[in-house]
Amino acid sequence: MMRRLRALIRKEFLQVVRDPSSIAIAFVMPVVLLLLFGYGVSLDATNVRLGVVVERATPDTQSLLDAFSNSRYFRVDVARHRADLEYGLVAGQYKGIVVVPADLNVRALQGQTAPIQVIVDGSDPNTGALVKGYVQGVWQTWLAHEAMVRGRPLTAPVTLETRVWYNPEVASRNFLVPGLVAIIMTLIGTLLTALVVAREWERGTMEALMSTPATVVELLAGKLIPYFVLGLGSMALSVAMATMLFEVPLRGSLLALTGVSAVFLAAALSMGLFISTIARNQFVAGQVALIAAFLPAFILSGFVFEISSMPTVVQWITYLVPARYFVACLQTLFLTGTVGAVLWPNILGMVAIATVFLGLTARRTRKRLD
Amino acid sequence: MMSARILTLIRKELLAVWRDKRSRMVLIVPPLVQLFIFAFAATQEVRNVTLGVLDQDRTRQSRELLARFEGSPTFTHLLRLEDESEIATVVDGREALAVLHIGPDFSERLLAGKSARVQMILDGRRSNAALIVQSYVGEIVANFNAEWSAARGLEAPPTVLVARAWFNPNLFSQWAIVPGLVAILTLLVGLVVTTLSVAREREFGTFEQLLVTPLTPVQIMAGKTAPALLIGMVEGTVILIAAIWAFDIPFTSSLALFYLALFVYLSAVIGIGLFISALVQTQQQAILGTFLFMVPAILLSGFATPIENMPEWLQIATQANPVRHFLVLVRGLFLKDMGWNLAVESLWPLALIAALTLPAAAWLFRHRLY
Repeated sequence: MMRRLRALIRKEFLQVVRDPSSIAIAFVMPVVLLLLFGYGVSLDATNVRLGVVVERATPDTQSLLDAFSNSRYFRVDVARHRADLEYGLVAGQYKGIVVVPADLNVRALQGQTAPIQVIVDGSDPNTGALVKGYVQGVWQTWLAHEAMVRGRPLTAPVTLETRVWYNPEVASRNFLVPGLVAIIMTLIGTLLTALVVAREWERGTMEALMSTPATVVELLAGKLIPYFVLGLGSMALSVAMATMLFEVPLRGSLLALTGVSAVFLAAALSMGLFISTIARNQFVAGQVALIAAFLPAFILSGFVFEISSMPTVVQWITYLVPARYFVACLQTLFLTGTVGAVLWPNILGMVAIATVFLGLTARRTRKRLD
Repeated sequence: MMSARILTLIRKELLAVWRDKRSRMVLIVPPLVQLFIFAFAATQEVRNVTLGVLDQDRTRQSRELLARFEGSPTFTHLLRLEDESEIATVVDGREALAVLHIGPDFSERLLAGKSARVQMILDGRRSNAALIVQSYVGEIVANFNAEWSAARGLEAPPTVLVARAWFNPNLFSQWAIVPGLVAILTLLVGLVVTTLSVAREREFGTFEQLLVTPLTPVQIMAGKTAPALLIGMVEGTVILIAAIWAFDIPFTSSLALFYLALFVYLSAVIGIGLFISALVQTQQQAILGTFLFMVPAILLSGFATPIENMPEWLQIATQANPVRHFLVLVRGLFLKDMGWNLAVESLWPLALIAALTLPAAAWLFRHRLY
């Protein structure tokens, strides 16, 4: 029996080696995608283009303007009239406009209030909210500074002191790259297997395989093991790139990382295998893999969008997405360490998904042709 | 006579997509399901957050501050901690996204008119959500300060900042996500229908049969373009209707402009799809090619993370991405009452992409087939 399995694995391996597209999926794709996304996907809004309307130049407006110009978050354009900048806001050129009123002067620091207007572009709500916060921050620092200069330091009754654990400089790359690794592995794991069985059905070679004495379990194992090895290889490559090129810290143990990746791959590969078993043609298998693997991994995994903010029904659906568990594990393993309380429930989730899909696939792959 | 031939071909192509029950299902059901799931899931608002609270002061003042968190929709669960050592446990185990730590001298300092410090610990594994939570907490503390100062006749802040958001006053994520889904879901359909219909014919050898008919390569291409264009337009319409009726998103611009933009966008997408199909030989390669284009096209489009955050070289490269331009268009048409003069700025790059890829694909077809 072991010999038969070995022969099947060998056949699959040869097929992989001879068709460069599988190798491309496993090794070229992670490199290209990680490079693109590692640099391209970022939530750190620095250099946001901000329009500042200064209706009349005074020393006070100049000092506030300098505060905005010197902030690392903004690239500032100044105009005299708000109409000049409002067009830029509609055009998407500016993410926000600050209108400094003409009567902002020292008087303003003596209890009279001159409102400073901030208008942000709501068509990109996330950036809009961030810009609002940044403007607020710059303004508060400026106020405190002005008060200090005038010898009347402000004391707020309660001051908030924030510490961001695991990622003190709040670099979005540190949490996005582990998430990207999870997405890329979902893509690779599902794609690798989604196409193989569908191709055998479409080309009619599945019948040939069925007429051999190999059992269903052997057939499935023969399909899974080579791609599992290939997947682990591309995982190692991705982790190496994340830590060396993007300098994301890896604080958990390598052993735990390997274990989690193996369990995840089992889940992703068996999902792919199931897809190709029911689809039976590559067109449908490719579409389903895209719909069932990539987009949910992107949107429902907690990679950029918080799961706890989703409606309850959608939260239930996220439990069916293997990437959800993997994203949580990877973010913890990279940034926090080996935290059993996070890892074990997630590992269990992935094991459950793998078991269900493998079981379903085995049932569907009875040795019959229908 | 010539147009009759094309019509016959278009009918044949439509039938080829439509006849197969599985591919029909794949084209209709998933986009609709995705529209509804993703529209609710892809939210960058942060809700239902568990906030850890360690109150070592336990006075009326500290409870007053905490009561403000209890009433907020963001923090639905308050997790009371008893001891400083528990902070690490709940944050490491992802039980709480943030912990608020009120020290034992809080009320003493507050009543003495000194600044009372409150520490907040955030989980940096989810830095984006953490940043948003930070700004919520900052707002709550600022309100507390303002009321505390006002109640005691302390000096009010000298100037105020009035923030507003244009186009989307409440900064609802859905208002940006749902129009974005028009771009993503039509991309998916347009690309998959074109690429795979060509690749499948190639693999089955029926493409040669098409070639021996009196049809010219341009006519064959027109036949391959029409179904994708048609299906894409229908799907775009469905999402438009759902956006307006089901999600209550304002559509502020003209429908004519929307359909023009959708048409130009789909032409660009199909041009790219045909270009990929002209390059590949098998369905597997076609699926790979589609993936390799589609995944970066979506992630680097500005859908989830802003283009402005990318490094300069990548921002220039995204000019070649049709999704980027169409996203500006749909969001502008829905939310910003975008007019012709602004729309043209995003329309011409799309038209250019279509004008380059369609003839290039036709050229490739001719030269690889004859």
